[in-house]
Amino acid sequence: MITARKYGKPVGLLALLGVAIAFPLVFSDPTYTTIAVFALIFASAASGWNIFAGYTGYIALGHAAYFGIGAYALAIICQRYNIPGGWEPIYLIPLCGLIAGVFAIPLGAIALRTRRHTFIVVTIATFFIVQLMAFNLRGLTNGSTGLDMPIPFQWGAGYQGGNQSIYNLPFYFTALALTIVALAVSWFIRHSKYGLGLLAIRDDEDRARGLGVRTGSSKLSAFVISAIFAGMAGALFAYFIGSVQPQFDFDPLFDLSIALMTFLGGIGTRAGPILGALVLEFAQQWLTLYFTQDGLYLILYGVLFLVVILLLPRGVIPSLQELWAKGRARGRIGPLVLPVKTPVMSAGTTSPPTATRMTGQAGETAHEEVPR
Amino acid sequence: MTILEVRNASKAFGGIHALNDCSISVEAGKITGLIGPNGSGKTTLFNVITGYEKVDAGEVHYDGRTITNATPNKVFAMGIGRTFQLTRIFPRLSVLENMHVSAQRHSLRGLLGGWSRSNERQRALELLEFVGIAALKDAQAGNLSYGQKKLLEFAFILIAEPKVILLDEPAGGVNPTMINHLQSRIQELNKQGITFLIVEHNMEFIMQLCDTVTVMHRGTKIAEGTPANVRQNPAVLEAYLGD
Amino acid sequence: MELIIDAIITGILTGGVYALMASGLTLVFGVMEIINIAQGAFVILGAYLSYALAQHFHIDLFLGLLITMPVMFVLGVLIQVLFIRPLKRDRTMLSILVTFAVALIIEGVLTILFTANIVTLKAPYITQSFRIGNFYLSYIYVYGFLLSVVLLAGLYLLLYRTKFGQSVRASMLNRTAAQLIGIDVERVSALTFGIGVALTAAGGMAFGATTAFNPGSSYDLISRLLTIIVLGGMGSLSGALIASLGMLIIENVTAVVWSPTWSSTVFFVLLVVILILRPQGLLGKLEGRKQ
Ligand SMILES: Nc1ncnc2c1ncn2[C@@H]1O[C@H](COP(=O)(O)OP(=O)(O)OP(=O)(O)O)[C@@H](O)[C@H]1O
Ligand SMILES: [Mg+2]
Repeated sequence: MITARKYGKPVGLLALLGVAIAFPLVFSDPTYTTIAVFALIFASAASGWNIFAGYTGYIALGHAAYFGIGAYALAIICQRYNIPGGWEPIYLIPLCGLIAGVFAIPLGAIALRTRRHTFIVVTIATFFIVQLMAFNLRGLTNGSTGLDMPIPFQWGAGYQGGNQSIYNLPFYFTALALTIVALAVSWFIRHSKYGLGLLAIRDDEDRARGLGVRTGSSKLSAFVISAIFAGMAGALFAYFIGSVQPQFDFDPLFDLSIALMTFLGGIGTRAGPILGALVLEFAQQWLTLYFTQDGLYLILYGVLFLVVILLLPRGVIPSLQELWAKGRARGRIGPLVLPVKTPVMSAGTTSPPTATRMTGQAGETAHEEVPR
Repeated sequence: MTILEVRNASKAFGGIHALNDCSISVEAGKITGLIGPNGSGKTTLFNVITGYEKVDAGEVHYDGRTITNATPNKVFAMGIGRTFQLTRIFPRLSVLENMHVSAQRHSLRGLLGGWSRSNERQRALELLEFVGIAALKDAQAGNLSYGQKKLLEFAFILIAEPKVILLDEPAGGVNPTMINHLQSRIQELNKQGITFLIVEHNMEFIMQLCDTVTVMHRGTKIAEGTPANVRQNPAVLEAYLGD
Repeated sequence: MELIIDAIITGILTGGVYALMASGLTLVFGVMEIINIAQGAFVILGAYLSYALAQHFHIDLFLGLLITMPVMFVLGVLIQVLFIRPLKRDRTMLSILVTFAVALIIEGVLTILFTANIVTLKAPYITQSFRIGNFYLSYIYVYGFLLSVVLLAGLYLLLYRTKFGQSVRASMLNRTAAQLIGIDVERVSALTFGIGVALTAAGGMAFGATTAFNPGSSYDLISRLLTIIVLGGMGSLSGALIASLGMLIIENVTAVVWSPTWSSTVFFVLLVVILILRPQGLLGKLEGRKQ
């Protein structure tokens, strides 16, 4: 999967960073920067989600809970401690992420008692539990009315002489920073022994455990790390929006959106979730802007989902990688041809049916062979 | 000296008695063959030894300790490595990454550290060279041929430096050139002191390689001895032909 | 005390309807290993179909099922064939996204056709009730329950007394093996999906007759249905039955003895407790693989 990428890469990354920094300065229209802030918030959340779901292959669909907890944590802290506006709430974002992470420990531990399919459903259920709490623990959350955030920046929109075009900048750069951190953490984990263990879990969990991978603690810690990113994204989101409400900050759409973003870009790859988030969030915001009728927007969004999945089931980055690999293989001897020195080995005719079906989606296939 | 011993193990799946009061022992430093008709319980015996299945009754002893129903990772850490009848490698990882999975470290520093610039990598490459698939180190493991997968699984067991290796049908579905190659590798490791227990239907393979052969039928041991002895044992013939 | 008995009776009666809705979900999971997130939306769609037939053509709710169930069956088969069958890799996850997309589209269409206003189904037997001893029972709860019993019995006969049912059960036990013995698993999957959706049409009518709804009501429903099938053990029909009855009784009793606000929470908390004790659910088997 990872093949040599040498010098082009750091240069390319720097160029991308330059573009990202220049973007809000060039396109200073708040319509664009607002969309960009949302896109980056989702990019960081999707990238964090991928650390757990992409690497371990366990699909979690309850991260909206941690997104919401992060949002509420910031709102409640600001209210209790009379935090003014400005930069302070932004400094509190990592703390809010940690709070979400703390909640993720017991909830993740319970959900991870189950395997694959049941796990998905349990995470959905834990999301609804947390959402119900937000509605019902009125003393803390103010029920369905929600809580207001402090007013961010006095130079901002809505103020006399406020400059619309710079209002979004602090949010933009905070979201960008979160995304970069998420990407860096993904990268670091992917190249660590710990990350290798996570990937082994994705392919064959029991075998990995049999070889000494600490599957339980690996899964839980990855789950918590991804929840921390969801929490930080939620806190920034809430501060940007200006208030928290159970129905917006605990949004059942959230998980499916980041899952789709991750799949669109390429699940398990490092850049995929970010790419997917940028593309999809822009598309989604565009749809909301131009199709204001309630139902129509839902239909179009649903159709967008279907198109992405049916046309690009593998995601953009893996598809590109495959094309690239094919191009390379045409030039030289393919990577699977053995040099003369070693004995010739082939499956032969006697190999069991599984062996031939193992290519590509072996993990999936192997799983299906279990009598349930 | 006996290094591995199963005493009176029984294991039933529903009404099927996969193991029925089965006792076998493996001599340290020897290559022991385990044969028997299909469904005679050989794989189940492996599963029981390595902790993938729990016994209903009976005991497993290894190196002076009782390891009955220990978890697979404990058994592996104690020095018993195994391969599976249908290989179990990590198909979406590269060949080299597969090698590193089984060399687990448990310190925080070890976990957070990379795995690509270490002695471990050197050792992984040497072992791939040893089994003969070093040229494939960057290939995705799922794309290997069946035989290559078996070699990979064999190699990544070796990285943990086990004392006993259990191979479940290492030659099944593999072409003759490679079988010879595999044989020589097993013999070489055996010279270095590694004990083998090998399940195989290829009689030639077993007869050439093994010091002793144990025969199973209907979940229990029916014969034991040198390859030549076992070959002439009427009970064995009956087991194979009788069904 | 009487309140509690009343709550238990209501729990049993509504639990029957939930069992009907959940059975489609767990059956589809059992055969295809996919989680149909659109099940909640199908329930609401079924309710709206009954609503439309009653409003515009004055067709009785129960008679209308003779129309809505076949329509929903065809819809289910189409969705399976068009959107789910093409998924080859990451089937579980992608099927969740696909069925979610279907749910969004259904919600969108319903919002355009019927607006987001809350509606109720109307029929004489919805408002009338009768007395047994000290208890008053609405006819609709009893009818809805009976409908569920009849349909579930039909489903049971279909699964255990027909050749088709045999293929369905074989596919549930082991998809690959079923394929090997010559069962057309894809065809079985499409029909099963259709049956699951058709049952939902009936469930939707019974749900809509007792609860006010709008196109967005599907979220709450799907979360409950998912909880029920996890509790029962994913892919286990009898598990889903027991879990439906159990959960609805407990929810209704909680609403009476404690407070309605927390009754749904109890629903989910129970899930957590049971998972701690029995991760595979009441009647399920553990996932995982050995060789
Ligand atoms: N997990 C299981 N569930 C149910 N039955 C099982 C299970 N594992 C093994 N069996 C049964 O136990 C018996 C012994 O199986 P086992 O795989 O140990 O045989 P084997 O000697 O390895 O056969 P082969 O030479 O075909 O590999 C068989 O009848 C098999 O069907
Ligand atoms: Mg076997």
